[in-house]
Amino acid sequence: MDRFSWANGLLEINETLVIQQRGVRLYDGDDKSKLDVGVALLSTHRLIWRDIKNHECCLSMPLSQIIFFEEQAAGIGKSAKIVIHLHPPSANKEPGPYQHSKYSYIKLSFKEHGQIEFYRRLTEEITQRRWENTSVSQSISPGVSSQVGRFTRAVGIVGIERKIEEKRKETDKNITEAFEDLSKLMVKAKEMVELSKSIANKIKDKQGDITEDETIRFKSYLLSMGIANPVTRETHGSGTHYHMQLAKQLGDMLQAPLEEQGGMMALTEVYCLVNRARGMELLSPEDLLNACKIFESLKFPLRLRVFDSGVMVVQLQSHSEEEMIASALDNVTEKGSLTAEEFVFTEIDSGNSFSLHLIHTCRDLLSFLLCRLLLAEKMGHLCRDDSVEGLRFYPNLF
Amino acid sequence: MSFEWPWQYNFPPFFTLQPNVDTRQKQLAAWCSLALTYCRHHKLYTLDIMEAQESPVFNNKKIERKLSMEAIQVVFEELRKKGNLEWLDKNKSRCLVMWRRPEEWGKLIYQWVSRNGMVNSVFTLYELSNGDDAESEEFHGLEEWMLLRSLQALQSDGKAEIITMDEGKGVKFF
Repeated sequence: MDRFSWANGLLEINETLVIQQRGVRLYDGDDKSKLDVGVALLSTHRLIWRDIKNHECCLSMPLSQIIFFEEQAAGIGKSAKIVIHLHPPSANKEPGPYQHSKYSYIKLSFKEHGQIEFYRRLTEEITQRRWENTSVSQSISPGVSSQVGRFTRAVGIVGIERKIEEKRKETDKNITEAFEDLSKLMVKAKEMVELSKSIANKIKDKQGDITEDETIRFKSYLLSMGIANPVTRETHGSGTHYHMQLAKQLGDMLQAPLEEQGGMMALTEVYCLVNRARGMELLSPEDLLNACKIFESLKFPLRLRVFDSGVMVVQLQSHSEEEMIASALDNVTEKGSLTAEEFVFTEIDSGNSFSLHLIHTCRDLLSFLLCRLLLAEKMGHLCRDDSVEGLRFYPNLF
Repeated sequence: MSFEWPWQYNFPPFFTLQPNVDTRQKQLAAWCSLALTYCRHHKLYTLDIMEAQESPVFNNKKIERKLSMEAIQVVFEELRKKGNLEWLDKNKSRCLVMWRRPEEWGKLIYQWVSRNGMVNSVFTLYELSNGDDAESEEFHGLEEWMLLRSLQALQSDGKAEIITMDEGKGVKFF
């Protein structure tokens, strides 16, 4: 809004009125301004707004101030708007209603419609740039006029080419700047990871000084913070070598969370955890799967296990199947028979930490327990009763 | 004497075909033995697969479980492989059940004949299956086709010869 200056509402000599629209409210960025009922006028040189009651209250802004503008469709209880993005105000600007604004755009809100025509005419004016031919003396800043001068010198094909060249350079610069920021961020991220590591070590030393709860919470923060030097395709090329290195890193990283979670995690969870830790260098599901597949061949204490249902989990080697089967079998024997649903309840009742953990994290305990039952069935410890009441498992008495 | 059901009969998983191969084998064996003992107890020689599904063997009303049609077919096929069943039509809807295979029957009959010193004698088929002499024997009341098969089995072993007589058939044991 601070781009507007007070005006007398009269057109200059070379200036012609293009369109005017009643019932237009001005917004300073997203905020409603006090300038709520007025007429918006578009001339070949300026955008003018005049209060409907108080004709003394009249503002204007040169069209050269406009970078671009866009339509904002009407909604329920909302009028259609045109959002106009503006260059910063020039130094020698005439005073206006706003001395300063945090927004670099304004909005025209069309309470009595007409935004379509207004938008069309505004587009026309901006493309034709008629104000350049005969500039309105008062409002064009020196910076803008020099630019205008250059463009007026280079008309025709040369001008267009030059313009394109200019644009290309601009984009180039933007991209480089954007990536500079990224690499800076990466450097910072590394520092953060190192910091987190040192904190982790301190926690280890001071164990006992802080409560268990705090330690756990802190650990979880640290875990989310990441891997200092993620193995990437850039650093390790592609193919087997890459996957091997990746598997090594994953192996180191997953050990602790796996132990905490009872020795087993669904591959989807692993994927989330790993990518959260990696931060920028995200891993594709395929790469993760391939890396997990070679855990066993690398003699890692981890392995990828695919259940018959297709559910994939990463588990510790020490997390033996026999144990899982035994637990399923115990439960079934105790109750006589079990459905997977009932198994969920007994697991909750028994307070099995891993199952509770699954529930707390809203994960699919049911399919996990069903996998267990099916595994026990596959090993011949259980048998099934598939009736209208559902799938129920019994100890294998056959 | 009422029929005594095996323990599996009241075990609900018995009525679901088990996916585990080992378990299924044991289950099928139990089914075969149940089906045969049931038929033997009730002296059933032919079964209709549709009727079988409603019969108490495959339908335990107490625990509300019944063996599905597919599963019954699997059981029957298993029985056929073991030589205890023969299909009567191509659609596999009716079958002959032989709770003893012909050779086994033949053996029983031959034992009875030799025990009673009637080797080299001639019997009519009716005498064998319905005669007073063999009333207490298991093959008493055996259906004629079954009896004939058993004797044919004996004949191929050279222990009997089936002879065609005026009214029906007879047999001579050696």
